[in-house]
Amino acid sequence: MAILEVKNLEVYYGVIKALKDISFEVKEGEIVALIGANGAGKTTTLHTITGLIKAASGNIQFDGHDITKIRGDKIVGMGMAHVPEGRRVFAALSVYENLKLGAYTRRDKNEIEETLQMIYKRFPRLLERKNQPAGTLSGGEQQMLAMGRALMSHPKVIVLDEPSMGLSPIYVNEIFDIIQEINKSGTTVLLVEQNAKKALSIANRAYVLETGSIVLSGDAKELMNDDSVKKAYLSE
Amino acid sequence: MMSFISYFINGLSLGSVYAIIALGYTMVYGIAKMLNFAHGDVIMIGGYVVFTVVSTMGLGPVAGILLAVILCTVLGVVIEGVAYRPLRMASPLAVLITAIGVSYLLQNIALLVFGSNPKSFTSVVTVPALKLADGKLTISGETIVTIISCVVIMIGLTTFIKKTRAGQAMLAVSEDKGAAQLMGINVDGTIALTFAIGSALAAIAGALLCSAYPTLTPYTGSMPGIKAFVAAVFGGIGSIPGALIGGLLLGVIENLSKAYISSQLSDAIVFAVLIVVLLVKPTGILGKKINEKV
Repeated sequence: MAILEVKNLEVYYGVIKALKDISFEVKEGEIVALIGANGAGKTTTLHTITGLIKAASGNIQFDGHDITKIRGDKIVGMGMAHVPEGRRVFAALSVYENLKLGAYTRRDKNEIEETLQMIYKRFPRLLERKNQPAGTLSGGEQQMLAMGRALMSHPKVIVLDEPSMGLSPIYVNEIFDIIQEINKSGTTVLLVEQNAKKALSIANRAYVLETGSIVLSGDAKELMNDDSVKKAYLSE
Repeated sequence: MMSFISYFINGLSLGSVYAIIALGYTMVYGIAKMLNFAHGDVIMIGGYVVFTVVSTMGLGPVAGILLAVILCTVLGVVIEGVAYRPLRMASPLAVLITAIGVSYLLQNIALLVFGSNPKSFTSVVTVPALKLADGKLTISGETIVTIISCVVIMIGLTTFIKKTRAGQAMLAVSEDKGAAQLMGINVDGTIALTFAIGSALAAIAGALLCSAYPTLTPYTGSMPGIKAFVAAVFGGIGSIPGALIGGLLLGVIENLSKAYISSQLSDAIVFAVLIVVLLVKPTGILGKKINEKV
């Protein structure tokens, strides 16, 4: 069953059409990747889904609800967490305070504490640095914090925007391993990546965006062997 | 020596009023990234509400302050919702000009309703003056109440921001509105709350200011407003302890220059000190820049 279904989505920046008739779905338990070049509309798609940008037309269904016109802050409480491009951790706040803000929509103190311990277990480095201002962490650590912070809301779907951007190869591998672990523990993943090779290697399915339209979609393994994808996105 | 202590304590009291007003500037700046130049005029409105309740209607000062706090809170939220919220995506210059417009609007409404004649304000403070050192040093009730109010407000506000969910939301919004929204925080609601708190404090500042300097006109708020803004910049705009330090320093400098240098030049000295501080430390005394790693 599709937990997230996007239908005929169109988005404008002023008069410029950024997304043209985008339709795709994410089924429960999947990892779905959106790949494409810079400016293809990947981030715009994510921002529209999580309510940071308003759609001009089209429809977004999440977990049985129409969320097209719902305010972004409400969508978090419905079970969708968004790890934004560039991490955007709260630099002046401590690691712990960042994580606590991730659980902003939740009220039960014991449950929040339980999730916090789970996240410290998954990201031991965050536990080591819990009282440190988030701005002093390295890029990879900030990415972990941003992911941990999103997981604090106990989401059904986690949306990740360019998690590998600007990270060293070692961190990239670590982050992708963690994404797979998060998925295995029951969270559906929607992933946007410029690193198409990495994204396709962990995804179940993928969609290829080009200048605001989906030009190709299918099984991630098949796309990896598709000649046009190889040529455009996987060349080294 | 006694006169120095007396000037100093009066400076602290004036500085406490500046600090309470500066809190409104600094919180709104920190969270909405705008300078609310109408903030000083909310003080004046607070003063008129207290005046009306106490002198015209004959009710007690507590009722006056309470009503002023309620009305100013509502006023602050309305100003934000009507004048500033539609401009959230506009250029900072448009917001600044709007704020100046709101400031003149409030002054002219007061002019229309209360006239231009100064009203003589009855102090809301009933605490007796404190006589020390065999009567050589007198500290007025207003001074005592003002300083205590400032301390209580500071502690209360700091605790609120540190300990409550809404306070943490304010910190998150002040750093990154988009990321705050992704945490499920209602950004517009948080900004409105900030205006509400700032305006409630302005009402209290209005009552205290008019009790110490009992002439009330539609322009009563503008000079203290500007000085409190200076205090906020002085201490590091966006920083709550900065507002306290900036306010107190400004009040003390102003009062001591009035006493020992020249009462005409005191404002010039205050602003000269500001310029020097900003030349040496452009972010203000407690303002800091966090180096973000990418």
